[in-house]
Amino acid sequence: MIRKKRNPYSLALIPLYVMTVFLIIGPLLYMLLLSFATNLGSGAFSWKLTLENYRKIGDPVYLDTFWKSIKLAFLSTVLITLIGYPFGYWMSRLSKKGKQIMLLLIMIPFGVNSLIRLYGIIILLQSKGILNGVLIGLHLIKEPLKMLYSYPAVLVGMVYALLPFMVLSIYSSAEKVDWTLVEAARDLGATKTRAFATIVLPLTAPGVFSGVVLSFVPTMGLFFIADILGGNKIVLVGSLIQDQMTRGGNWPFSAAIAVILTIITSVLLLSYSHISRLVGQSGEGSGLI
Amino acid sequence: MNKKSRFPIVYLILITLINYLPIFIVVAFSFNSSKLPTSWEGFSFKWYAKLFENERLIQSLGNSILLGVSSTLLSAAIGTIGAVGLAKTHFRTNKVVSYLAALPLMIPEIILGMVFLAFFSLLSIPLGFVTLLLAHTAFCVPYILMMVSSRLVGMDPNLEEAALDLGASRKRAFWDITMPLVSPAIVSGSILAFAMSFDDVVISVFLSSPHFNTLPIRVYTQLKTGVTPEINALCTLMLVATIMVLGIYYLARRKKEKQ
Repeated sequence: MIRKKRNPYSLALIPLYVMTVFLIIGPLLYMLLLSFATNLGSGAFSWKLTLENYRKIGDPVYLDTFWKSIKLAFLSTVLITLIGYPFGYWMSRLSKKGKQIMLLLIMIPFGVNSLIRLYGIIILLQSKGILNGVLIGLHLIKEPLKMLYSYPAVLVGMVYALLPFMVLSIYSSAEKVDWTLVEAARDLGATKTRAFATIVLPLTAPGVFSGVVLSFVPTMGLFFIADILGGNKIVLVGSLIQDQMTRGGNWPFSAAIAVILTIITSVLLLSYSHISRLVGQSGEGSGLI
Repeated sequence: MNKKSRFPIVYLILITLINYLPIFIVVAFSFNSSKLPTSWEGFSFKWYAKLFENERLIQSLGNSILLGVSSTLLSAAIGTIGAVGLAKTHFRTNKVVSYLAALPLMIPEIILGMVFLAFFSLLSIPLGFVTLLLAHTAFCVPYILMMVSSRLVGMDPNLEEAALDLGASRKRAFWDITMPLVSPAIVSGSILAFAMSFDDVVISVFLSSPHFNTLPIRVYTQLKTGVTPEINALCTLMLVATIMVLGIYYLARRKKEKQ
């Protein structure tokens, strides 16, 4: 079909389309294909298609890793939400200047290497570290506590790394709340709690969900936090993929794990968009995603 | 109304302080003359001097800046041109592509890293600057695309039409009308993109080579084998640089808002 007048802007789409095909569709399809290949060891594989890689995920060792990762992600997401909700909510109630200052304070740490910040946590938590020193100084404990290289240390690291995303997400939805609604409810005799529960909470729910997605999904992949703060004790799905890609050399297995992780993520994202539609917001502009 | 409670402000300040605690610690120890971060042995600038002698660390910092700047520029170009294209054309595939292009924001980084490593080795692209640049561009484009797209949606299409009616060429209308309106979005998208590239660990672990290391990878290796205090000094300098960049950005924005 020949168009009378070609839209000159269609040329502008070429780079984006090329990038999407070459850097997104291609690699993801390749991952799917690779997950059915036969492993030959140390990074080599043959294209004899098999379900072996998926069967292997069913092994108790690997199932356990999935289970533990999901548990850690769940726990850290709950903590992040509990700490982040009041923060984002109260931040949205500040004056314009106060909001700007808080936003700046949240942004600054992003410019400092996240690994160096983790190093700060190590100095804080290590057995001869600051926290133990303070606790001993206050005579709360006699022997230094072993805090580093433990499950709680990893949890602290995850909360620390992902809290800003939850805060920003809740803040951006709380900012849009129409406060005249709350005042109206209060005038009509609703208690503070009731006005919050019936008006503010539903209106900020999309922000909570997007924050949950933004903190739950990465937790399973942030292998370096588990690695550095957890020693070798805590193995996440992310650590498993990284290990299989580099040292283990079983690429098809690693691809299969990645496919499963993608499915888990997609289910979460789909339920997120479903829930935010149910809640009645147009879906756009509420929360960060 | 009830009296305003002080609790919210106290909470905001407390959490912010906790958030900054690790950074403060690292900054404090950058002035510690002891090599070990367990005891304080007096004030000293020696780790700053040592930092500039540490060629490998400086080199990986340079690599990170080079990678961050080039992937930001590349993704700013692709993202901005793409956003304009998406806004002005009505192909059926546009919706799918804008969804797919945003995927890197939603897929866990670990999957992106794994997938890029496998795919680039399929195409036999050797690991190093090129693989890092391609991967970082892929996850930087969505930030620019999102910011510029939302700006274009809010833009009055009549402005450009008016320019065209008054005899401006399409090119002229684009550069004189559309670009100035979307440029704040390009700048804020680029700042985000650079920050993400500069701080990326997960994807870079898969794609860097011994010949081309980024700063996060260097620090990661040190954290596993043993940290030298130059890292603390570097952290302090990065903090100062970030505050300066963000400060300039905010001042520039405020000046513009006032106009």
